[in-house]
Amino acid sequence: MILGYAGKFLDVDLSTQTIKETRFSDEILGDYVGGRGLASKILWDRLGDRWERVDPLGPDNLLLLLTGPLTGYFPGGRTCVSGKSPQSNGVVGSTLSGEFGVELRCAGFDGVIVSGESAKPVYLFIKDSDVELRDASHVWGKDGKQTVTVLTKEGRQLLNERYPRFGEWKEPAMLYVGPAGENKVRTAVVMTKWSHAAGYGGYGAVMGSKKLKAVAVRGTGPLPEAADIGRVKRLIKSLCNDVYEGEMWRRWGTGGGGYYFGAKTSSEPVRNWQEEWHDEKGYGVDKFENRFWMKQYWGDFGCPTTCLKLAVVKDGKYKGAITDNPDYEMQAYLGPNLGIFVPEENVFLSSLVDDLGLCGIQTGNVMGFAAELYQRGILTKENLDGLELKWGNTDAFAALVKKIAFRTGIGDVLAEGTYRAALKLGKMKKKDLLPYAVQSKGISIGAHGIRSGKDFPEIISYACGVQCGDHTSLTGLPLERNSELMETFNDSGVFCSFNSFAGSPKVRFDFYSAVTGVKLTKKEWCTNKALKTLQLQRTLLLLGGPDVTWNPRVDDDNPPRFYEPLPSGPEKGKKADRAAVEEYKQRYYRAVGWDENGIPTSEILAKLGLKDVDKALRNVRRRG
Amino acid sequence: MIRVFMLVPGLEFPHFCAQCEDYPCVESCPVDALRVSKKTGAVLVDSEKCTACGQCIDACPGRIPHMHPREKHIVICDLCNGDPQCVKVCRKGSWNVLRTVSRRDETSYKLYARKPEEVTRDLAAKIYGEKGDEYL
Repeated sequence: MILGYAGKFLDVDLSTQTIKETRFSDEILGDYVGGRGLASKILWDRLGDRWERVDPLGPDNLLLLLTGPLTGYFPGGRTCVSGKSPQSNGVVGSTLSGEFGVELRCAGFDGVIVSGESAKPVYLFIKDSDVELRDASHVWGKDGKQTVTVLTKEGRQLLNERYPRFGEWKEPAMLYVGPAGENKVRTAVVMTKWSHAAGYGGYGAVMGSKKLKAVAVRGTGPLPEAADIGRVKRLIKSLCNDVYEGEMWRRWGTGGGGYYFGAKTSSEPVRNWQEEWHDEKGYGVDKFENRFWMKQYWGDFGCPTTCLKLAVVKDGKYKGAITDNPDYEMQAYLGPNLGIFVPEENVFLSSLVDDLGLCGIQTGNVMGFAAELYQRGILTKENLDGLELKWGNTDAFAALVKKIAFRTGIGDVLAEGTYRAALKLGKMKKKDLLPYAVQSKGISIGAHGIRSGKDFPEIISYACGVQCGDHTSLTGLPLERNSELMETFNDSGVFCSFNSFAGSPKVRFDFYSAVTGVKLTKKEWCTNKALKTLQLQRTLLLLGGPDVTWNPRVDDDNPPRFYEPLPSGPEKGKKADRAAVEEYKQRYYRAVGWDENGIPTSEILAKLGLKDVDKALRNVRRRG
Repeated sequence: MIRVFMLVPGLEFPHFCAQCEDYPCVESCPVDALRVSKKTGAVLVDSEKCTACGQCIDACPGRIPHMHPREKHIVICDLCNGDPQCVKVCRKGSWNVLRTVSRRDETSYKLYARKPEEVTRDLAAKIYGEKGDEYL
């Protein structure tokens, strides 16, 4: 028997408002682990035969909130949010930190599978085995901070009333969507606390489409039993000790990136990636640290890294803005990418994006795209409802963020995300606007460019990854070191990859063996189990539909911008080389068992025991 | 036994026994299940005697004691017999939020026994300023 699992998953059908429990066999759990892997398997089993027809924002889609056997054991627990993505129309395992996953497992569940669509806004309240759907009309339309305030109070009140002799109840952990999710904005996120988000994939829109405002959970049990708890404890201790050595990482989180990736590696988006270099010392981490950070070490349960930093603007025009850090991606995408180089303005925009429940990366990207069109005179002030979308005009971008979240005016088009907005605006302007869209297969590129060759993504990392523009699932060769197979393990585990940076890459498999009692080596993972998840994700991405379908020969590529030479900085002139990308791509395809068109071969699928997947790919192969 | 409350994101704080000078919880117990450790000043729970009536929770100015989730008895920090493990891990990670001090007569320990909402309200004012109250 495989240990480390609570064993039960909640199966909630919002159309009929029924709640059941589901279990998965040891074989499935052993192969797909949890989180991203299990999400791919569940989606394949339940929706695979009609995937092309499933509207990601319709009642047929599933919203999956999954943990894994290492959640709560491996330092830095996370929760994986998944489903059919309204961005890539494939599957993204989008993870976020916080206590939700641990609380859920302590309540006796490994995950929540949400299907259907509720007629009115609801939220799910879980206290151990007591699970109920409650009315959420009083928080529908409320921003993130208001939602958390109201539902935390309500949750504690409920617990106090039901268990009056328990003492003071701690707050339940909560996942929720902001107004953007309610309005089915494709760049909306599922959030926890005020600023933790599962961003890539656009699952806030999926949750909103189901009229599920939040899921709150309080578990009082222990974590599911581990096979060798003594060994687990030793592993935790030794991993934490390794993490404590990384003082720069602990002290600054990713906040050091705002300057570093611009000035040092020339890989930061500046004005919609027209440049990737800047030398603005205002983005030096010390500016953020000394001006805004109220907490230098801010962590979620069990995390030794504590990379979060609590930033508060204390005076001036943007007084009262609160956000986490901002971390590097928010610094870059809501900073230099919009031509904004003033830290206060960056913290303010990041706070606003959090409150509205938007993804800072995807939304920063689509706003940068719109601003470039404005710069080029393609979009006019009239098109933008009177906004002067000049680089660095923070107030215009703030107004635009709100338009996107509420889908008003031009915001309704941009709420579709960069790729779809480029198509729509292109039709309107009778012009090919995709050259300005810095995205891959519907997902905007993370804030790490490839042109300088000095940052960690490789030239095929975004083009060939099954999570497309996701910078936390970059791929490359060799498989055992540079591919997304290792990230797939983190996202399936489900735990924070930042803590996996410490110690050797093998430690996570030691954890897995100690918790589950099933021996797993890196080699077994990379040559067998991870490939199953990869092929499922790849297949569902290629099936796509109903509104977009990818052709790997065209779409397994970098955004056109990455083939333009860098115009400034010490890396000036560098660009991605098409022939090199093509050659690397073919080598990668062969390594993961895909044919020259990027489609998984019958041989690899037979070898992995995925014959039914092979059948589904017949149509894709026929597309040619 | 130490619990960390986070009624408002960013305002986490540990909530545990402050060892009031007059020990109102011990006074309130109808079955003598609570006593004070001579060595450490901590409140010790006799879980055999405890009937889980919850009177000590109401007696505590900070409502700090809480019920064991499955067993029928109250849980109060026992200072790990003078060697608190929470302090060790906190120092190991160099957060240095917790440390041990020896007991002094002139200290008003009772001031530290505060309800989660009270602590949160003050932290909100400190960290989020005048608008802090809105988030409670």
